[in-house]
Amino acid sequence: MVDANASYVRREMLPAQPAPIATGNIAGWIRVNLLATPKDVVLTILALAVLAAVVPSALNWLFIQASWLGSDRSVCATVVQGGIQPDGWKGACWAFVKDRFVQFLFGRYPIDERWRPILVTIMFIVLLTPLLIPKMPRKGLNAVLLFIVFPIVAFFLLHGNAFGLDRVETPLWGGLMVTLILSFVGIAVSFPLGTLLALGRRSKMPVIKTLCVTFIEVIRGVPLITVLFMANVMLPLFLPTGWTIDNFLRALVAVALFASAYMAEVIRGGLQAIPKGQSEGADSLGLGYWQKMRLIILPQAIKLVIPGIVNTFIGLFKDTSLVSIIGMFDLLNIIRLNFTDTAWITPVTPITGLIFAGFIYWLFCFSMSRYSAFMERHLDTAHKR
Amino acid sequence: MTDHAIRVSSHRGEPRVSPIYDPKVRSIFFQILTAVVVVLVTWSISHNVSVNLARANIASGYSFLAGRSGFDIGFAMISYSSDSTYGDALLVGLINTILIAVTGIITATIIGFIIGIGRLSKNWLIAKLCTVYVEVFRNIPPLLVIFFWYSGVLSSLPQVRDSLKLPFSMFLNNRGLAFPKPVWGDGASLISVAFLVGIIATLAIAMWAKQRQMRTGKQFHTIWVGIGLILGLPLLTFLALGAPLSFDYPIAGRFNLSGGSVIAPEFVALYLALSFYTAAFIAEIIRAGIRGVPKGQSEASFALGLQPSTTTRLVVIPQAMRIIIPPLTSQYLNLTKNSSLGVAIGFPELVSTGGTTMNQTGQAVEVISIWLVVYLTISIATSLFMNWFNAKMALVER
Repeated sequence: MVDANASYVRREMLPAQPAPIATGNIAGWIRVNLLATPKDVVLTILALAVLAAVVPSALNWLFIQASWLGSDRSVCATVVQGGIQPDGWKGACWAFVKDRFVQFLFGRYPIDERWRPILVTIMFIVLLTPLLIPKMPRKGLNAVLLFIVFPIVAFFLLHGNAFGLDRVETPLWGGLMVTLILSFVGIAVSFPLGTLLALGRRSKMPVIKTLCVTFIEVIRGVPLITVLFMANVMLPLFLPTGWTIDNFLRALVAVALFASAYMAEVIRGGLQAIPKGQSEGADSLGLGYWQKMRLIILPQAIKLVIPGIVNTFIGLFKDTSLVSIIGMFDLLNIIRLNFTDTAWITPVTPITGLIFAGFIYWLFCFSMSRYSAFMERHLDTAHKR
Repeated sequence: MTDHAIRVSSHRGEPRVSPIYDPKVRSIFFQILTAVVVVLVTWSISHNVSVNLARANIASGYSFLAGRSGFDIGFAMISYSSDSTYGDALLVGLINTILIAVTGIITATIIGFIIGIGRLSKNWLIAKLCTVYVEVFRNIPPLLVIFFWYSGVLSSLPQVRDSLKLPFSMFLNNRGLAFPKPVWGDGASLISVAFLVGIIATLAIAMWAKQRQMRTGKQFHTIWVGIGLILGLPLLTFLALGAPLSFDYPIAGRFNLSGGSVIAPEFVALYLALSFYTAAFIAEIIRAGIRGVPKGQSEASFALGLQPSTTTRLVVIPQAMRIIIPPLTSQYLNLTKNSSLGVAIGFPELVSTGGTTMNQTGQAVEVISIWLVVYLTISIATSLFMNWFNAKMALVER
């Protein structure tokens, strides 16, 4: 029964559809990414309005109106306030940052001895750079130099009192130098200590496990300030009478212990993600506990938690700013100290200084997070498609 | 290597391991060794502490808490004067810590949700703006954000004489925000009772509506009825009582404002800073949570014929919550702990009032132990909640 008329197949051609809207050019990109729906149009207009209100005045304040040159407060104050700027002037006071820049870097470190922190910085960069580049050989030697030899050399260089170098007391240390020393020591101590704590927490020995759990949970449960206060006030009480402990060292101990507890939890996360078969496989090869951990478990576990580890480092770097509360002059505190300096006291000095400090912190933390993202891609050998 | 360790016993014919290589013996030995070291260290520390305290003539114990504090606190929610005790001062600090934590958590969550969802927006401009927000605030120390608000923004506000006049008789100057203080008349407590009744009634209706939906499949507009009850009941009570509310307006004097309530700039700075800082982390958590729900889930729900809004509400959000809540709680905890940074700008929270107490009395060990106990209690309570929540929300599999 074939009916020629009852066809379900279309006989005539349909008219050609219009070509899809081009998205390759700029207009197309704008249409897709900014004006896709009426809601997007409203949002885009709102966002543009906010940007138009904020960005020009911010740029104006930061760069155009800002005073860049000068050696005292007059360049950053209006006539009424005793300066040279016209009435109603508002702008950043970069001259202040420029004038005090060296102090922001070194604190009150004696001027004649400043070659010492500079030399330490150069050594640090020379040792750190090859460690960060994956292709560079001899990572083991490099790490030993950076984490064991370098701190010792740096201590004698900075502190002096040996090899004919003058002694520079730690209260004179300050600025970015202190922030970096605290972070470096915190990182160098918290990584191995945190690993040990994480292993201890997963240990089958109840005494060791309880100790590690208590330490980790107590430290993680309280704010860093209380740990700093504890180190500052209670460490001297803990020591036998007559012993003293340097203020700087107290802060170092507090920061390092605090970071270790957080590091331990991050590494424990990695350890828990390693299948039991890996451990059993190592056992069946006859490896001892430490061999098993060093060669089989930890390399896999740590690779998994690199983002978490770097986050802890970033947190540690930011947390070093808290030492200002116990009276140390790190980057943030040395900048704040200068707000009250009569040579630079103006209404715009504090906010300029804080923006500068924020920029420095941001620079370090943001580079660390970018580097961690890079390493994550680089080490992602297992799941590549 | 182990050949030397194993001596073949001639009696039983099976290898006997030397006790040095027996894991059990080793384990017990190391544990005893650790315990002995810990006990020795603890003993020597406590000995040193008692000797040092005796030399400094400081009596240990918590009796100092009943002593007169002698210092003023600018921002106290309970009645407090310099004649109050040290215990009161610490209590004021604890209440302020909780106040800053609660208000900060609410604001940070709202900002964080907006930014987190904004980062997922298909609108390029919105997504980029939100990314910039997150990358800026995540990478600077919270203390710097606090100082930024405190010495950067709030202290550049005008002096009391030139206060900015805001609507509703509010004044803004560098001593804070002055606003009309509500003075409740007679029977005002009934309003809060009506509010509570509204909440309880809403909960009951929600339970009833859920049961009915389970039985019959019929839905009930719980949200609108609930809003009506919670807001309407107190409003009706308020009107029925004849609006028993008057305001104590702040009046600008020559050097100071009189009357009204004042929110101190320290509070505002700490509150804004912690909210903005924590919001960046919350935004990332929200984003990760929403992206963690597989696309197949929303596709399946579209295939079932659910509307996009219903899909979001009933399919995506409940599953995203399972991912979001644990890290969100730890951010809440972080905000609570970061409230201790108030000490840097003189906001009288627990660490700040405790620090003053410590300086005046010298009772370092006691004050620090109070800090530890308070913060640990908050942490442990939070982790207990988390364990309960995780158990409740965990995927139930076969």
